[in-house]
Amino acid sequence: MSTTTNTTGTTHGVMANFFADNPREKMDFSKETFSLEVEALQLYYGNDQALKDISMKIPNRRVTAFIGPSGCGKSTLLRCFNRMNDLIDICRIEGSIKLDGQNIYERTVDVAELRRRVGMVFQKPNPFPKSIYENVAYGLRLQGVNDKKKLNDVVEYALRGAALWDEVKDRLQENAFGLSGGQQQRLVIARAVAIEPEVILLDEPCSALDPISTAKVEELIFKLKEQYTIIIVTHNMQQAARVSDYTAYMYLGKLVEYMDTISLFTQPKQKATEDYITGRFG
Amino acid sequence: MKTRQWIKSGSPWIWLTGGMISLSMIMVFGLLALIAVRGLGHFWPSPVVEFEFQATTETEPARILGIPMRSQNVSGYVLRESGHQIPEEIELTQRFLIKQGNRDLTGRDFAWYPEPLITEWITPQEAMVIERREWGDFIGFLREVKKDGEVIAEGLAGREDLLPLVDRANELAGAINRIERFQIGGLNLQIERIRLAERSLSRAVDLDPEERRLRMAEFQAERDELERQFEVLNAERLELMQQMRRDSLVAESMDGRRLEIPLANVVHVHWPNDMNLVEKIGHYVTMIWNFLSGFPREANTEGGIFPAIFGTVLMVILMSIVVTPMGVMAAIYLREYAKQGPMVRLVRICVNNLAGVPSIVFGVFGLAFFIYFVGGNLDRIFYQDALPAPTFGTPGLLWASLTLALLTLPVVIVSTEEGLARIPSTIRHGSLALGATKAETLWRTVIPLSTPAMMTGLILAVARAAGEVAPLMLVGVVKLAPNLPVDGHFPYLHLERKFMHLGFHIYDVGFQSPNVEASRPLVYATALVLVLIIITLNLTAITIRNYLREKYRSESD
Repeated sequence: MSTTTNTTGTTHGVMANFFADNPREKMDFSKETFSLEVEALQLYYGNDQALKDISMKIPNRRVTAFIGPSGCGKSTLLRCFNRMNDLIDICRIEGSIKLDGQNIYERTVDVAELRRRVGMVFQKPNPFPKSIYENVAYGLRLQGVNDKKKLNDVVEYALRGAALWDEVKDRLQENAFGLSGGQQQRLVIARAVAIEPEVILLDEPCSALDPISTAKVEELIFKLKEQYTIIIVTHNMQQAARVSDYTAYMYLGKLVEYMDTISLFTQPKQKATEDYITGRFG
Repeated sequence: MKTRQWIKSGSPWIWLTGGMISLSMIMVFGLLALIAVRGLGHFWPSPVVEFEFQATTETEPARILGIPMRSQNVSGYVLRESGHQIPEEIELTQRFLIKQGNRDLTGRDFAWYPEPLITEWITPQEAMVIERREWGDFIGFLREVKKDGEVIAEGLAGREDLLPLVDRANELAGAINRIERFQIGGLNLQIERIRLAERSLSRAVDLDPEERRLRMAEFQAERDELERQFEVLNAERLELMQQMRRDSLVAESMDGRRLEIPLANVVHVHWPNDMNLVEKIGHYVTMIWNFLSGFPREANTEGGIFPAIFGTVLMVILMSIVVTPMGVMAAIYLREYAKQGPMVRLVRICVNNLAGVPSIVFGVFGLAFFIYFVGGNLDRIFYQDALPAPTFGTPGLLWASLTLALLTLPVVIVSTEEGLARIPSTIRHGSLALGATKAETLWRTVIPLSTPAMMTGLILAVARAAGEVAPLMLVGVVKLAPNLPVDGHFPYLHLERKFMHLGFHIYDVGFQSPNVEASRPLVYATALVLVLIIITLNLTAITIRNYLREKYRSESD
């Protein structure tokens, strides 16, 4: 049994075991390029401040996980990246988020265009009550693509990308609600992939799924990071450890600690992080 | 203890709720059964009876022939007070309502006869009932059949000869009707258009007199041509009428009077006491078909109700076409775009209250706003040539449909809003996250998903509109419309025309009719048709809704 000591001297048996059993390269910010840059972000719901002075950089084509107890603001932060918070009337934002150097909160930004570049998958699978095919083609049809051949190609590409093609290729015209929960979630990922975004936001994508479906989705995330920058919010620390390259721990609207996953889980610098990941809190 | 346990078990609750639903069902089905039995029974060939009736001991007994309609328990005292010589010992007896027909001979086609004064009740085989175009039914015996003025058969033997002649006369009547309704009607319309064009020409001030003269001459030529066509048609029509009047029959009433009835006046002849079941069913089906497809006669107490059916359905369809987009768009604004706050709440309260406004108020509004204001101005702008005769400034189909659309608008708004509210936000967010704008999300996802709710609104609206009568009396429904609002002449759908409506027809036949007894069964039959039409319209809408529900089935349902 191997153990790792961190700065505070405690051991983290479970996680250390995990990384020992699944050895992988330690990531390093200094070698990354960044696709998203958050600067001094403040977010208020009415008078309540939900995000406090958050600054971070999301590396390109990596998986970044946000962890933290419920209500810490990790989902709120995730929704800032594609401006889904705009839908909440009382929500107010200060600071900036830059996507490829362009502040997405500038007045001139077309929100629909932004959301095409930053796709999102929600906690509960939310396919449209349409056929499997139309679900995947939805984003393209929005962009005015109606060419049958192009649509067919993209649908197949996206479904293959989401590792769903073999399961549904014979029933593309059936209602998407006929699929299982796990299949629906992968369909929703395929739907996001179909419009070829730059970033994919995953908001607790596996919380409504059984372990086997979860494993499939995780496998998929692993595959997708070759092409896309992925940010995942999760409650499941094992999941964060398994799929992510970088992990951010948030607490009460603050970014407590943000570094490469192996370091965060094995040698957290902050006491609060350590308490959370060892299960003493949260 | 037992009782307490019984109460605790919930059984009384089940009994109470179950009992209520049974009661409601009994009332609904009882109502439908009553209407159905009374309405449909009217068309069955009832037997004709003959009996001797002695009004007083001094007078000669009279023989009465007629169809018993119904009977009533009545006290001897009442009958004695009303002048009948009923023996003192009779306290309670019956009286029969007999349909005697022959309104032209006797003046009263329905009469009550007290049972104690009736003797020798028989059903004569040869009794004949003639449905006539005028004067109601004739009940009596066939004596002669005349073709071209010559007697070709006498007595009951003429029966076989008579029926083909009646069919022939009916065919001719149909042909005449077609000429009058379609061809001559079309000519009249064209002549009227020329008249209006002439008026507009004569009013144009800055027109060269020479040109005016030329144009006038053109109109005159056109009019002459139309009038020549009219002459041709009219000659054809008169010829047909001449042919139709060729044959006649001679019938004898119970009191021995003979009457020659031209077959032109005969719709249908039958011998109800001499029919087997198959013939009776045939007669029954024919009568119902005539009722549904025919035009009314004799101040609506006879003939069919086709124009009323047509008017009702057309008006409901027009109303649906108007109210659905209006209501749906209003609901979308209220639910999706309007900033939720006190103002929107106030609007919502107003919409809900609008649903509670008595319908006659909408009628008054429709008359004042749509007809006098909108219609009057339309006339001034577009139909000036026809003034002072109004075109749209008078009650008509369009205004009735619009008034009812206004009346049913709240129902559609409320149901659509509820439907929109039920669409899960996850689906909206899913669409937005794919780069759809709010409008695209609405059009591609939210609105298709809420179509079942819109259909629910439409179903409620149709049910309310089809049964509404009071406002319609002010804005377009009439007792008798000369023309259907749809015909073969441009623009085919005549929105300015007045029309007939089943609900108003029921009121008119039931309460405004000079002949109460004759119209009573028609009231039931018309009510049955109205109910069936509403059910049909609703079932159609429900089928569409179920299809849509199935199509947009989602987990949240």
